[in-house]
Amino acid sequence: MHFFEAIRLALTTIRVQKLKSAFTLLGVCIGVMFLISVVSIVEGMGRYMEEDLIGKLIGVNTFELRHRPNINMGDIDEAQWEEFRRRRRLDINDVGPVVRDLPADVKWYLVSEDQVSATTSVSGKPRQVQVFAVDGQYFEVKKLGVTEGRALSEQELSRGEKSVVLGPDAAERLFPGLDPMGREVKLGGVPYKVVGIAESQGKAFGMSFDNFLVTSWRSPARRLLNTRANVVDAIAIQAPSEIAMKETMEIVRSTMRGAHRLRPGQKDDFSLQTADSALEFWNKIKQYLVLAGIALPAIGLVVGAIVIMNIMLVAVSERTREIGIRKALGARRRDILAQFLIEASTLGTVGSAIGVALGIALAQILAAVTPLPASVAPWSIVVGVALGAGVGIISGVYPASRASRLDPIDALRQE
Amino acid sequence: MSNTLDDIGLSTTGERKAVVSSAGATPDKDWVIVTRGLKRQYDMGGEIVRALRGVDLAIRRNEYVAIMGPSGSGKSTLMNLIGCLDTPNEGEYWLNGMLVSTMSDDALARVRNKEIGFVFQTFNLLPRATALQNVELPLVYAGVSSDERRKRATEALERVQLGGRVTHRPNELSGGQRQRVAIARALVNRPSILLADEPTGNLDSQTSEEIMRVFEELAANGQTVVMVTHEPDIAVHAKRVIVLRDGVISSDESSAQYALKLGSERIH
Repeated sequence: MHFFEAIRLALTTIRVQKLKSAFTLLGVCIGVMFLISVVSIVEGMGRYMEEDLIGKLIGVNTFELRHRPNINMGDIDEAQWEEFRRRRRLDINDVGPVVRDLPADVKWYLVSEDQVSATTSVSGKPRQVQVFAVDGQYFEVKKLGVTEGRALSEQELSRGEKSVVLGPDAAERLFPGLDPMGREVKLGGVPYKVVGIAESQGKAFGMSFDNFLVTSWRSPARRLLNTRANVVDAIAIQAPSEIAMKETMEIVRSTMRGAHRLRPGQKDDFSLQTADSALEFWNKIKQYLVLAGIALPAIGLVVGAIVIMNIMLVAVSERTREIGIRKALGARRRDILAQFLIEASTLGTVGSAIGVALGIALAQILAAVTPLPASVAPWSIVVGVALGAGVGIISGVYPASRASRLDPIDALRQE
Repeated sequence: MSNTLDDIGLSTTGERKAVVSSAGATPDKDWVIVTRGLKRQYDMGGEIVRALRGVDLAIRRNEYVAIMGPSGSGKSTLMNLIGCLDTPNEGEYWLNGMLVSTMSDDALARVRNKEIGFVFQTFNLLPRATALQNVELPLVYAGVSSDERRKRATEALERVQLGGRVTHRPNELSGGQRQRVAIARALVNRPSILLADEPTGNLDSQTSEEIMRVFEELAANGQTVVMVTHEPDIAVHAKRVIVLRDGVISSDESSAQYALKLGSERIH
């Protein structure tokens, strides 16, 4: 009742004095707007990282057996790097035991990859292309479909036949304006026949994933990827569920420890990399981004707090007589204090609500015109509005306590 | 802290007589206002202004009293003290048996809310609130529920013949109507005293008469009314007239006596 009356009064003040209110609310509004949009971008990037980037690189319920992690953007100390460098590369002899011990419903593939210059009769100069030399169920696990032709067959893979599937960008760069199907690509001077064009894999941060070609690991191309011919960069293993993935990881771990003759207590000399482990790095970066996303709005909120305090001081002096009347009619100090605090926090809340709306709009605009994705986090809306209310209360304390301490006789005498 | 007349021994008839005799009234069972040796001084930039120099006053329930005096006589200071807007430097003030002269700010706010209904010269209505909201205000601070508030405020407005103006804002009302809203507001919490400070000061003579009729009617129905004014014509509407001069009571008599004296002064 009393509370709602104070809110109603504050809203009336805002409505009556539109221009003044607009300036009053600007600081809080901008602060909250930045908070919402920065958090939205960070959240959007996070989702992007999780679902698109890392998800595409590694895959759902999938882990990679590598001699050392290849996505390690976090801080790794010198000793760790030294240990990584001493590790033995995986080779084709590791694949047999690992694959043999896998449960029946688990899929796998092996891959070696690098940038290789490819030439064609039509492209003129050599083009750099990401070459994946694979074996196993590569196309199924990666969910890599073709728009033209076909995927590499089991025979092509196991016999090491010289056929390739091109990514759409690679196809365009190697065969500009031509249909690449049935034509030849030369890798290290050896001709490979194009049997299919893969679907686009999209892009991340404006970087295309489509400039690639896939061939059999057993083809001569693998010699261009690693100096020792039997080296395998990674074995990727996909389980039907997350639990199955964890179990499978333990099977693979014990197989590898057996194959490498590790004693109990010795550390693994290989890595099992999941999307989660790769995301650790992102989560670290995210903390800093969120921190920056808080520092920037904080400036706006401080300015907003000062403006609200100023406006409330003006309101107290303009409404001295009203305060006197209220006191004469029985308002205690705490009643007057509460009234002005509620008014200040209503101002702050309205400002932050507008800020939330603008922030969401800004995030959407940024998402539309830049490669940055945006995803509005519900918690940021709650925090934004709460911050606005809090700023209002804090900046209202001094003016409200001044109002509450006014002497009723002096206040009533005020014209 | 002694807060009642009984506690401080004023319940004995002798004590009471002592207090009351100085105010020139006969002892009675229920005294709304009893003051003893009330002093109030202000420090005006180093110069001490003695606004009240010792006022002994006693007002019974149901009395209709006018406090008169030229400007500077201390009548505004006395009104502020009676209205619990201010506390005395010296002396004691019992309102309805409570010693209010030593109360804290918040306690005084409660007393103002419960015991005193103010009517001001300049009406002092909240400009942005409707008549009903203005009248509801004391009930808001009394913690009355909103339904009950609305009911009582509407009744109070009907009592001053403003039942049809509840949604009007002060700037949509005439001066007389504004003062009626203020009277309704003063009465809504059923106060012990209706305390009016120059209630007709901003009104034309015809409207003044109207407002005085409202006061007379209230007084006739048992409402204690204390009215501060400097206009003798207004003061004679009361039953008893107290005149202040230089911070002390210079005369305290029935309005009939006062009018008689006034008449003879005018003739001479």
